[in-house]
This record gives sequence, structure tokens and C-alpha cells, in this order.
Amino acid sequence: MNSQSCVNIEKEWDIVSARQLGRNLARKLGFGTVDQARIATAISELARNIYLYAGSGEIYFDIVEDHPKKGIRIRAIDQGQGIEDIGKVMKDGYSTSGGLGAGLPGVKRLMDEFHISSVPGAGTEVEVVKWLR
Amino acid sequence: MQTVNLEKENYKQLLKRFIEKNDEETLYKADLFSKESIRQNVTPDEIIHVYIQALEDLYPDLPETFRRSLDFLLETMISYGVAYKEFQEMREEQLEIKSELALAAKMQEKLLNTRVPEIKGLDIGAISIPAKQMNGDYYHFIEDHRGNLGVAIADVIGKGFPAALCMSMVKYTMDSFPESRMLPKRILQLLNRVVEKNVDPGMFVTMFYGLYNPDSHDFYYASAGHEPGLFYHGQHGVFTEIEAKGLVLGVERDVTYKQYKRRIELGDMIVLLTDGVTECRRGERFLERDEVIEVMKQYTHLPAQQMVERVFRYFEELQDFQLRDDFTLIVIRREN
Ligand SMILES: Nc1ncnc2c1ncn2[C@@H]1O[C@H](COP(=O)(O)OP(=O)(O)OP(=O)(O)O)[C@@H](O)[C@H]1O
Ligand SMILES: [Mg+2]
Repeated sequence: MNSQSCVNIEKEWDIVSARQLGRNLARKLGFGTVDQARIATAISELARNIYLYAGSGEIYFDIVEDHPKKGIRIRAIDQGQGIEDIGKVMKDGYSTSGGLGAGLPGVKRLMDEFHISSVPGAGTEVEVVKWLR
Repeated sequence: MQTVNLEKENYKQLLKRFIEKNDEETLYKADLFSKESIRQNVTPDEIIHVYIQALEDLYPDLPETFRRSLDFLLETMISYGVAYKEFQEMREEQLEIKSELALAAKMQEKLLNTRVPEIKGLDIGAISIPAKQMNGDYYHFIEDHRGNLGVAIADVIGKGFPAALCMSMVKYTMDSFPESRMLPKRILQLLNRVVEKNVDPGMFVTMFYGLYNPDSHDFYYASAGHEPGLFYHGQHGVFTEIEAKGLVLGVERDVTYKQYKRRIELGDMIVLLTDGVTECRRGERFLERDEVIEVMKQYTHLPAQQMVERVFRYFEELQDFQLRDDFTLIVIRREN
């Protein structure tokens, strides 16, 4: 079962759909309630970034297997303005909200794996994985 | 952008709606609520308190046992609230320290600033990026009155603030050398004495010093235990290691350094680096030197400054944009 699902992010409401889809998939995979909530929160952050900074984009969900591990993978892809200095953005306390535990560093903490690549002017791609334990 | 209402009433409405509808939208709003709470320094126990009050408002007839269990929950969260406050204070202090450090780093940058010289027949590129705020790497270009180019690249073993201070000392020592005595072996010998005398045992400096004669295209160099650089043979398109032996600065008082010489042909390059380049890691694994060379090869066609920048970008991305060590790379190419 490696079917991929996708949610288009254009309106704020789409963030909710993405959370819902991710949470359901996580539950089906066997994640507990706390992890389900963590995954939904991470999706929220990624989707909000697309909504706020790129205007529109997609969030893809699928199941990854790395024997014997199994997990959920989420990819947030957009063709927006991109991020100039990723090193800076990944430092705590940089996010515009200035909040703790928020933004992309927060997503990194919520998930097990985190990869980001971005080309200024061309778009951003963030891939995260949470493993089932 | 809608702002989140932090009123108890708002929380109560969210809770009510979620209990009735069990929907994702309310959970999303709850997420926004908690982010806003954090921004406004609301502690975890206060959130629990708001929750209990909302629940009591919504269900005035809660069984007494259940009500008491909520008090119990609140009680177990009080210490978390205290811990959270402490954490916030530490975070503020940390922000202060960070801005002080940023100032210090700016000063250091000014102190250590060196201009990449323009020399006919040479294309020079240099980049030096600290992993943290302060740079423990250092490079320096000097032109003497005969038009020779001196190039120094150094790395303090040890990181952060102390390393940066040590580097400033090295730089001032170099500035005080008379221009006429720029032989690499001599410079290292003098510097070794200064470092040995003034720096804590346990802090060492590695340095490579080179002197380029743009008339004869002879390159004289000596190394104090520094990460070996590379020669690029333009004609064959291959990199070879620059072999140079010498003791790290600051270990022993009287050290003499061996000086080497090599002729640089048209299209050849001299590549100098620090171990921040060669000790890049892909996941848990260190990169092999061959892999580093492969990366350089991809960019040899570019002008020197672009080449060092592209190589840096490549390694930065490889390490998920979190450098583990200061990164310094210099390329000197002989061209027409
Ligand atoms: N998909 C994206 N496209 C373009 N820029 C982005 C994207 N995602 C993030 N950014 C940029 O990176 C910065 C940091 O993002 P991050 O999510 O960490 O914090 P934030 O969105 O500023 O604040 P918070 O998420 O805490 O509300 C943003 O301010 C924005 O400039
Ligand atoms: Mg954000």
C-alpha cells in the first residue's frame, strides 16, 4: 500500500483538510493520539507557510517503509518565492511569530526526519517523516 | 491575518464546539490558540486552569469525583508552569547573550577583515563562514613591496569565543611583521613562539602559509600541522594533495618549519582549506577526501570566487544547512 494522497493548499480552510488527512493516515498506521496530534501540528505549520508565503502549493502524504520500520512521510511543495537563507530560518527564535516551539524548527522537533530545500524565486520543498515505534 | 482571541470565553466556545462536532477545524483553531498563548507567555498550568473553568461552565453538574480529578491535574501541572517560567527567563538571557555575541562577531569580522587582492595573472576567491557566531578560522592576504602575494589560512583547535580571541592575536602578530621577512618558514616560526607563550595549553593553532611570486610563478609554502590543501593541474584536470609537514603552533617553544616550493603553471590552482571542508558529514559519515575533490571538480570551470561559493553551498546543503565546523576555502588560479 503505497498510494499517495495530496491536498492542494490555496485557502486557509485547506490547512484543515491537510491536517485531517494526515491525522487519519497516522491513525490508520497505528500512531497513538499524541503522535497523531504532533503530526497534525507539523502539517499545520507546513501548510500555513505555503498559504502565507507561497500563496499556493501541495502537501503529499505517503507511507514509507525501511525494514522493519514504517512511517508516515509528508512533503510540502510550492513554487513560491523560496527562502533566501535557510540556515537562518532553521535557527530557533527566527520565526516571525517569535514563538517558542513554532515554525520550521518546531516541525523538525515534532518529526523524526526533516529535509528542506529551497531555491529563491523558484520554490520550497520540505520533506518530513515520522517513524512508528 | 485573523488574530486569535485569548479570552477564556473563546477557549470555552472552541471546547464546546469540539465536544459537539469532533472536527479538525476546531483542532486547528486550538493550535492557533496555543501558539498565541505561548507568544503571550501563558504557562501550561494556566491553560489547564482555563480548560477546567470552561468545562465547569459548560457542565455545571460534573460529578464531584471528576471535578476533583481536574484539581489533581492542575496540581501536577503547577511545577511545569514554574519550570516554564524559568525557561522563559533563560531564553531572554540567552537572547541578550546572543545579541552581545552578534556584536562581538561583527567586531571580529572587522578586525580580521582582509581584502582579496587583485593581482595580474591571478584569479583569487575566498570564503570563510563560521559554524556558530564567532569564527575560529582565519585567512589573510598580504602583498609585499615586491608584489609577492602572501596567503595565510589558519584554524584554532577549539571553538567559539576563546578560539576567536586567539585568532585576533594571531592576526595582530602577523600585522606586526616587517614586510621584508615574508618567508613562510620564518613566519610560522615566529608565530609559533607567540602562540606558545600567550595561549593556554590545550589550545592550538594550525596554519598554512604560502608566498606566491607572480613573476616567476613559484609558490613557497610551509605548514604548521594544517589540513593539507590541494594543487590542481589544469592540464590534466587532476587534484593532488599539497604535502607539507610541520608541528602545530603552540606546542613547543622552538620549532623550525620546512619550506617547500612549487612552480604554478597556467591553469593550475592552489586550493587551501580548513577541516570544516573536509570534515563535512553526510549523516553520520565523514566525507572521504576523494568525494571532496569530486565536488570541487564540478566547479573548476567557474571563476575562483564563484567556485568557492558554489562548493560552500553544496556542502551547506549536504549538512542540512547546519555547519558543524567553521568553513574556509581559498582558491588561487593562475590565468592569462
Ligand atoms: N514555503 C515557504 N515559501 C517561502 N518562504 C517561506 C516558506 N516557509 C517559510 N518561509 C520563510 O521562512 C520564515 C520562517 O518560517 P517559519 O515557519 O519557521 O516561521 P514563521 O512562519 O515566520 O512563524 P510561525 O510559523 O511561528 O508563525 C518565514 O517567515 C518565511 O519568510
Ligand atoms: Mg510558519
